[in-house]
Amino acid sequence: MSDVLETHLPGVGVRMDFTTRGGDRLGMISHRAGHKDLLVYDRDDPDSCGVVLRLEDDDARTLGDMLGADQVMEEITKIQSIPGLTIDWVPVRGGSRCAGSSMAQLGAHRDIGAAVVAVIRDDDTIPSPPDDFVLQDGDTAVAVGGAEGVRRLFELLQGRPEA
Amino acid sequence: MTQTAAAAASTTDVPAILIGLGVAGLLLAGLARLAMRTGFSPIPMYLLVGIAVGALAPFDISTGAVELGSNIGVILLLFMLGLEYSSDELSTELRRGLPAGILDFVMNFTPGLVVGLVLGWDPVAAVLLGGVTWVSSSGIIAKLLADLDRLGNRETPSVLSVLVLEDLAMAVYLPLVAALLVGGTILATAGSLTVALAAAAVALVIALRFGGRISRAIDHRSDEAVLLATAGLLLLVAGVAEQLGVSSAVGAFLVGVALSGAVAERARTLLGPLRDIFAATFFVFFGLSIDVGSIPPILAIAVALAVVTTMTKLISGWWAASRAGVGPRGRARAAATLVARGEFSIVIAGLGVAAGVESQLGPLSAAYVLILALGAPLLTRSYGWLVPVGTRVERLVARRARARPQPEPIR
Repeated sequence: MSDVLETHLPGVGVRMDFTTRGGDRLGMISHRAGHKDLLVYDRDDPDSCGVVLRLEDDDARTLGDMLGADQVMEEITKIQSIPGLTIDWVPVRGGSRCAGSSMAQLGAHRDIGAAVVAVIRDDDTIPSPPDDFVLQDGDTAVAVGGAEGVRRLFELLQGRPEA
Repeated sequence: MTQTAAAAASTTDVPAILIGLGVAGLLLAGLARLAMRTGFSPIPMYLLVGIAVGALAPFDISTGAVELGSNIGVILLLFMLGLEYSSDELSTELRRGLPAGILDFVMNFTPGLVVGLVLGWDPVAAVLLGGVTWVSSSGIIAKLLADLDRLGNRETPSVLSVLVLEDLAMAVYLPLVAALLVGGTILATAGSLTVALAAAAVALVIALRFGGRISRAIDHRSDEAVLLATAGLLLLVAGVAEQLGVSSAVGAFLVGVALSGAVAERARTLLGPLRDIFAATFFVFFGLSIDVGSIPPILAIAVALAVVTTMTKLISGWWAASRAGVGPRGRARAAATLVARGEFSIVIAGLGVAAGVESQLGPLSAAYVLILALGAPLLTRSYGWLVPVGTRVERLVARRARARPQPEPIR
């Protein structure tokens, strides 16, 4: 991570800035009043800011989320590219073999080769669901395992019940 | 003042006063809007209104109430200025910016002092004029920096540093001037000055050590309670300060420094509008005290003083920025930004006018501030010409010094 230079601006707030790998200087002023200014320094006149954008609280949060979300996706992609390991989101379909099963019953399929590490239900994420947790139509199971195992889990949670 | 005007002023002719104030208020509102739209500070407008009303009005609207209002205006101006700073900021800036602050004082105080003495003024009046030409306007400059999106620039900390040092210097200068204005023997003056400075030092220590506790004590759910407590404390301290010769302005500034945290933010929101009204009253009242006829004789002097002290500010500002390791364009921007004079100069001149120490002080200060309050922002916006000029002067000075001065590394 680059060095962030912190400068106090008496009567205004705090300014933080750093230089990107590409040689551009970026900064931010945290005003005491609450809002923030995003600064992009001019290449030709490195002391002056070519672009100054005023960000209110939610603007700053949105920008932060945008920059941060990218990082999360990056981490997930890293996991996904671990040789032999797959992570996937499996929607549970009503009427499938395991819709209505509890986690314990699902776990009975020992030879699947994949585990459900979390379940997403209506915007809520339930990590490591307990044994008596019942999968329902509309849930999304987060599965981790070998590629074959995740595929089998897919069938269990999505595929038609065996005749 | 004619017989009727005197009669009107002596009995409390409330309707006439109200109408006069109302008209003045609307006029000020119109001018403030014009100022905002054109990007200028409204302060010169207020001065002009005061001067114009003083010249044209059939009766005198300046009553005891207006005078009191203008005193409160100074108190609120300085209080809001003090709110901007916290105690750690002040001590840090003092250490870092002292050399630039000293150059700023020497270069910009001297022209005013010299002109006052050359004009044959009372030495105290000359000291006041020195103060008028010395202090840059924190209000105008803060607005300029924000409007021109220069708050993030690398030269801005050096600009702000000079302003902080000037504000701190006022804590010594204003009591000094107040003591000098009271007059008397040298011993008596020295005595009252010592008392004043000791009181200011005590107040500063209290502000720094107990500021947090005071802030928490004032804080309350109800806005009304906070407003009344803050205003009450402020007026009390300012009044006591004035009594001790410290000058109410300094007392108000220290109360502002003492308050911090959430209370400071609320005080800013609640007292801001009051500050605007009373500060406007202060500038108008100052304008009212100026006789229009007294301006033409001193106009040439005001212009000359403005030109000279613009150059001195450019030099001291350029040097302050160069110490921060900023490039030539940044130095030019910093120099041009510090030229603005405004509210502080009028506060200092107001002290002299109230004491009646020199009849030319008021008109000269008003004309001087009008020229610079209107002209300086133009200079700040178009500073390009200063870059080659300043660089060339720098090289000449370097050659003269025989050694190439290295710019100080960025701290």
